[in-house]
Amino acid sequence: MRKGFSWIAFVRGVAGVVVLAAVWEAFARSGMFSTAMTPPLESIGKIMWRILADGSLVENAGATLVRVFVGLAISFSVAIPLGVLMARYWVSERIFLPVLSVLLPIPSLAWVPLFILWFGIGNTATILVVVYASAFPLVYAVWTGVRAVNPLWLRAAAVMGADEATLFRKVIWPGALPYIITGARLAFGRAWIGVIGGELLASPKLGLGEIIFNAAEFLDAGVMLSTLIAIGVIGVFFERFVFQTLEAMTVRRWGMVAGSSG
Amino acid sequence: MLRRALSFGLPLATFAVIAAAWELLVAYGGFPPKLVPGLGVIAEAFLRLAGNGILLAAAVATLYRLGIGFLIAALIGVSLGIAMGRRQWVEDTLLPIVTFLYPIPGLAYAPLFVLWFGLGDFPTILLVGVASCFTVIINTWKGVKAVKPIWLRAAEVMGARDRDMFRRVVLPGALPYIMIGLRLGLAQAWRILIAVEMLMSVQRGLGWLIFGAQTFLNTDVMLATIAVIGAIGIVLERQVFTRIERWTVVRWGMVAA
Repeated sequence: MRKGFSWIAFVRGVAGVVVLAAVWEAFARSGMFSTAMTPPLESIGKIMWRILADGSLVENAGATLVRVFVGLAISFSVAIPLGVLMARYWVSERIFLPVLSVLLPIPSLAWVPLFILWFGIGNTATILVVVYASAFPLVYAVWTGVRAVNPLWLRAAAVMGADEATLFRKVIWPGALPYIITGARLAFGRAWIGVIGGELLASPKLGLGEIIFNAAEFLDAGVMLSTLIAIGVIGVFFERFVFQTLEAMTVRRWGMVAGSSG
Repeated sequence: MLRRALSFGLPLATFAVIAAAWELLVAYGGFPPKLVPGLGVIAEAFLRLAGNGILLAAAVATLYRLGIGFLIAALIGVSLGIAMGRRQWVEDTLLPIVTFLYPIPGLAYAPLFVLWFGLGDFPTILLVGVASCFTVIINTWKGVKAVKPIWLRAAEVMGARDRDMFRRVVLPGALPYIMIGLRLGLAQAWRILIAVEMLMSVQRGLGWLIFGAQTFLNTDVMLATIAVIGAIGIVLERQVFTRIERWTVVRWGMVAA
């Protein structure tokens, strides 16, 4: 939480990574396990390069990300109207909240075998898992966000003659946006876990989870570790850059939150 | 009066409508009854599994794994988080690694763990522990960092030694965050465990019950098990943690009840 860039923190961070790498390397080369199971860094690097160069990593990551975004799009299109309805009208809250409270605590991946029976293996089951995993944080975020809009603003806008559509577009939506973006961030994290799990269990044709699952058949730990690294990099990329930029571009510009950091 | 009646009646009405819609789907949807069983069939499956003890054995096995796995996560998470919060060099060294590993879905390690440790209980518990410890680490670290410096200085001025400082100031001060971390960690461990059981082919377990039922198209068993998983999830969240919070942070006046 230190402000600004610090050389000593950087050097220590690098040292931590180097020590971890050295321990792994010593372990891998010690011959305790076969190198197929604990490959040294050199061969992980080579495999990484190979799957990057032949385009297979990009292709599979693309397939995984498409599933995540299709799922998130469906979640958004369900969650936003539902959340707004629940926040604006008391009756709809009483109707939907109990259903949400029953479904929420069920882990999305518990549904996978059932989705497979109903919709077959492949894309549908995986995307449904993403929707199930990401819809709840979004609904809760929209619901809380809309309720958190200052009632004074609503009354002020109503007095000035705003109709329901204008009220939503100019007051409710911007007011709820900080919550919605936080919810979207959480939803992406959930979706990311759900999609990898869905791919492991529902085995669609392409996808990062699918590479890991296939590599297990061939006892290929190198491919598994390279894919894990790719999964980590993509996760950090979205969490750190995409969502933080999104936050900066919209919410902060409208002055809704005081420049949050971290 | 009307409001109260509605607030009680509407949820009931919703569930009644959903149940009726499901039954209509079963009766007139033209789906094979094996795949879309009626509510009576699901209830029967539940009673059968509850009666012959299969459900109980599976739930106990799953909760046992959850308990040990979560204990590992809590021990690693709280101690690393405190070390990172108290010592700058630990934070500098570990934060990049933790930040990188944190967003990797724990489930993605499952095939690797199978390769390294084989199938069964040990890799399942280990995986659940590893996968859920990062949330605990991050929250504990933030909590220790959030302890007000003025409390630390006040305690120092009054002559608190390092050990007292930790036990009487840092730990209670950070506890609300640690609790959030543990709560989130437990929820995460629970989610992952169900899926890991499917991949690790453990001996017994709720995840395995669902996965095994798929082979025989026993949709009724799957839905009954999912319902049990949901119920346990609610109990873990609402009962266990609310109790622990009442005994610790609320009693010490750190957060309002």
